[in-house]
Amino acid sequence: MNSPAGSAVVEVRGLVRDFGAVRAVDGLDLHLAPATVLALLGPNGAGKTTTVEICEGFQRPDAGLVRVLGLDPVANGAALRPRVGVMPQGGGAYPGVRAAEMLNLVAACAAQPLDVAWLLDVLGLAGVARVPYKRLSGGQQQRLALACALVGRPELVFLDEPTSGMDPQARRLVWEIIGRLRSDGVSVLFTTHQMAEAEALADQVVIIDHGRVVAQGSPAELTRSGAEGQLRFVAPAGLDLGSLSGVLPPGCHASEPRPGDYLVEGPMNPQLMATVTAWCAQQGVFAEELRIARRSLEDVFLELTGRELRS
Amino acid sequence: MTSFAPGTFTPAPGRGSLPRMLFAQARTEFVLTLRNGEQLLLTLLIPLGMLIGLTLLNVIPVPSPRVDNVTPRILALAVMSTAFTGQAIALGFDRRYGVLKRLAATALPRWSLVAGRMLAVLGVVAVQLVVLGAVAAVLGWHPQLAGLAPALLLVLAGTAAFGALGVLLGGVLRAEVVLAVANTVWLLLVVAGGIVLSVQSLPGPLSVLAEGLPSGALAEGLRVALVGGATPWGAVGVLLVWAAAAGAIAARTLRLS
Repeated sequence: MNSPAGSAVVEVRGLVRDFGAVRAVDGLDLHLAPATVLALLGPNGAGKTTTVEICEGFQRPDAGLVRVLGLDPVANGAALRPRVGVMPQGGGAYPGVRAAEMLNLVAACAAQPLDVAWLLDVLGLAGVARVPYKRLSGGQQQRLALACALVGRPELVFLDEPTSGMDPQARRLVWEIIGRLRSDGVSVLFTTHQMAEAEALADQVVIIDHGRVVAQGSPAELTRSGAEGQLRFVAPAGLDLGSLSGVLPPGCHASEPRPGDYLVEGPMNPQLMATVTAWCAQQGVFAEELRIARRSLEDVFLELTGRELRS
Repeated sequence: MTSFAPGTFTPAPGRGSLPRMLFAQARTEFVLTLRNGEQLLLTLLIPLGMLIGLTLLNVIPVPSPRVDNVTPRILALAVMSTAFTGQAIALGFDRRYGVLKRLAATALPRWSLVAGRMLAVLGVVAVQLVVLGAVAAVLGWHPQLAGLAPALLLVLAGTAAFGALGVLLGGVLRAEVVLAVANTVWLLLVVAGGIVLSVQSLPGPLSVLAEGLPSGALAEGLRVALVGGATPWGAVGVLLVWAAAAGAIAARTLRLS
């Protein structure tokens, strides 16, 4: 049973997973193209981890089709696992194992692993290579888990909340690694509940809630779509809005929601911005804090679900 | 900030060689057991203390020469401590710490998750046999040479039986519950399962029961082999039945997390 979309690295259609009376995943579709990065974004309990664990073959779907590298993750798990790197949520290692021992063990399971000492070094773990896992900080445990996912040179990696518990430097490093993975031809599916991370890293963002896809697209598409576009600036209160509307192209509308805060709504382009600043110059005022307002993924999410993303 | 050269992560996936994977897993778990203080107490210090104490102090009636009759029971205790109690507790906490999921996500075949553990247990049992055997020899232990091969067979069968029971217990329950149950069962079997008190010295029905338990079968079997120089096929059979039954159930109930 081959997927019709032959190019997909991960193909999920109509996925359903129940835990007793609770439907954790409810008719989910996913499509990960080769050498791209897909972010599965959603609040805790949205079904992210369940979806990823089904793709990894750790759980069976109750309904729907799941193909990873064209294979069924449960039935063809033995063929699939050497090709896939997995970073489970919360890592995974013997409590007493030293960081280097754990990575060496996972490396021994691969035919052509990355150099363990090098990998520990670039992930900032060389100094704790002999420290037992349970004495590593949360961020160090996360980095070791990431190293375990990468060491086998996989063609696809699943990263479940790869940056949770990391400090900003480590997070930046993970972002850089994900970018390098994509450039080197590795496909990446990661989960996160941080909008900034999804916006910064993903080619494709799939926002899920209650086990369903509520929106998907590139970060630009998601944050652009639905918004007419807004240009905001700050200037002395009480400027002549009629005069401003006179110079704007058709379809644009100027307002002053709060005294001194100006808002121009309409299709955004560089010419419009020039028109607005030229008008300000005519009025003899500075257009301060001039910016094109763009929705954040959080705005998108709130609009779609009415829920806080970090709940 | 690190910069990664192009091609750093170019895919080159593949499965490691099976013996190498299995050995790497078994060696890791073997080393972890020997490094763990509580495990060492359970697998070496307590058996050593009991070997010396029961041999030198006349606290319970033991036929003489005492050391010849005490040593087989202590070897049974050592196998039980490592393969059952230590293994169940380690498995419970390894599941808690996500080890099984981590290993299950590698190219290691699923059966090796348990096979690797069993190899590690066998390694620890070998260390125990050498240490306890050496101390017993110092105390004047003279085993029947004809019984050494049957004793080895018994140790293997006992490791299989207790190991399967350890996986059964450690593979289902929460780590804290595993810890409590494994220690309680250990204590019960030490006292009433034919270890400290020989199967024959237990009161009537308990004696029959103990002979069918893996602890009693292993201790009594080792006594027959090492004191009597005979091969106790009955005891081997009891241990293999326990191994097969517990193994079959454990294969179905083992949970990764």
